[in-house]
Amino acid sequence: MAVFTAVWALLVVSIGGLVTSKGVGMAVPDWPTTYGYNMFFFPFDQWDGGIFHEHVHRLVASVLGGLTILLAAFLQGLDRRRWVKVLGWAAVVAVVIQGVLGGKRVVLNSVDVLGIPGSIFFGVLHAALAQLFFSLLIVLAVVTSGRWFSRSAVEPSASGRPLAPWFALLAAGTILQLLVAASMRHQHAGLAVPDFPLAYGRVYPKTDPMTLESVNQRRMGVVDDAPVTPFQIHLHMAHRFLAVGLVAGVLLLQRKVSRFDPTWRPASRVWLGLFGLQFVLGAITVWTNKAADLATAHVAVGAMTLAYGVAVSVTRFAAERGSIRAFQPCESSGRILKSPAGSPVAAAR
Amino acid sequence: MKYTFLLSSLFLGSTAVLAGDVTGKVTVKGTPAAERPIAPLMADANCGKAVSGPVNTRHYVVGADSGLGNVFVYVKAGLPEGYKTEVPATKAVMDQVGCLYEPYVMGAVAGQTVEIRNSDPFLHNVNFMKSAVGNPTFNFAQGKGAKPVDKVFAKEEVFVKLQCNVHPWMFGYIGVSSSPHFAVTDKDGKFTIKGLPAGKYTLGFKHLKGGDLTQEVEVKDSGATVAAAFDVK
Repeated sequence: MAVFTAVWALLVVSIGGLVTSKGVGMAVPDWPTTYGYNMFFFPFDQWDGGIFHEHVHRLVASVLGGLTILLAAFLQGLDRRRWVKVLGWAAVVAVVIQGVLGGKRVVLNSVDVLGIPGSIFFGVLHAALAQLFFSLLIVLAVVTSGRWFSRSAVEPSASGRPLAPWFALLAAGTILQLLVAASMRHQHAGLAVPDFPLAYGRVYPKTDPMTLESVNQRRMGVVDDAPVTPFQIHLHMAHRFLAVGLVAGVLLLQRKVSRFDPTWRPASRVWLGLFGLQFVLGAITVWTNKAADLATAHVAVGAMTLAYGVAVSVTRFAAERGSIRAFQPCESSGRILKSPAGSPVAAAR
Repeated sequence: MKYTFLLSSLFLGSTAVLAGDVTGKVTVKGTPAAERPIAPLMADANCGKAVSGPVNTRHYVVGADSGLGNVFVYVKAGLPEGYKTEVPATKAVMDQVGCLYEPYVMGAVAGQTVEIRNSDPFLHNVNFMKSAVGNPTFNFAQGKGAKPVDKVFAKEEVFVKLQCNVHPWMFGYIGVSSSPHFAVTDKDGKFTIKGLPAGKYTLGFKHLKGGDLTQEVEVKDSGATVAAAFDVK
């Protein structure tokens, strides 16, 4: 159940990314209705152009809300661990807030909040919470999985050297990167820097008024026609430098894992692979002038990179703290559920 | 931002123009980047059928002798204090045709009614997302055969930017001027601002990509001729 909900959340995040990539977030100007209709009864023959993407995003997000409530109810009834129940209901709160943020992003699009345009303020919050919510679902999927209760899969470091803080640090860096990315995307200004690996032909671009004037005179976007600002360029560059830092970080993690706990090499290599893929997708997104499908893939893989990082970090922390040994098997109908290997598993798996 | 002004104002005693008319030409120096085909328009199920061939962006409309079209020219300063003119009773019209705004750039007087039409046989939304001066924003849907919608922009704003999010390449720009003394350059960069009282003025030139220019001009009873150029680096 948790895995299915998390996969569904990834679908919602991806479609949300597509909506932003195509610049159609305001194609349906009302909320919670859709052009005055109850959104579930909006006539299919009116799903034109950007309406299709935005409306599908709303519908699949509604299903996600229902799935999250079901998941929380399952956990409440079937999982004995109080903290897991709390996480389940936290996910419900998060998905409700997320839905409201998505709606406010539409209806308060033109209203400034704290001096920030509503389209950016609510858009960034909506995108950021989406990533965090997805990660929360991944945590729920991990802690209710059979592997969570399998000692062999989560043995503490053989050397006794703590690796969990390194995993967590990298996961935190990934969250920061995704927040920067969400801020970039919701500027709705296209590519602030159109070349890679250089930036306007330099390691770091100039942002003086004359340079910007020239840059904006030559921006010839089809969809994003707004002039680029120094802030947007600095934000874009921060995203690039953070990406380099994260790739360096994950390479460093490989070394530490190989040295102190080689049994975790496969897990950290998967993360390295995701980071590598994400880096390449980022470059291609620039080279294709932010083609919508590639930009969306960049969003989706970013979400997966974060979620995977959170999952391995949580597992690693649990292993090192020995909390796995203190697991409480859950009961269902008076019996303890068993995994195929014979380990007790959570019923909400 | 640095602009090059090719010519300062020339004051001609020509009898070919009406007294008080400012005529002129706006040109572009340098070579703007090539326009791009609007691929999503052609790929769209409705819009692709609504046009007869490939449609390009309209960032720089460059005509004969480097004339630059779609420049909004208006009186930025110099009108006598308390100078008032009647707000035109006629409506300024912005239409949506073939998944484009037509005209791409237009002008209106502050307080004048702007009629927004949809001549396409399918829905657009019309989104005025952000006003720099506090004109009320809006975002409404206009379906097939929908009645035109009237909007009034009470304050001067260059530009009011309209966009359709259903078809996110659709942008239209309205230069809202506090006086009726404005013009939009034609495809060859030519314009005429009619009926300016004699006096010294600052003219503003606004182009979507080129940016802003200003130029001083003295208008005599015989009018004035102005030339300005946007320098694209």
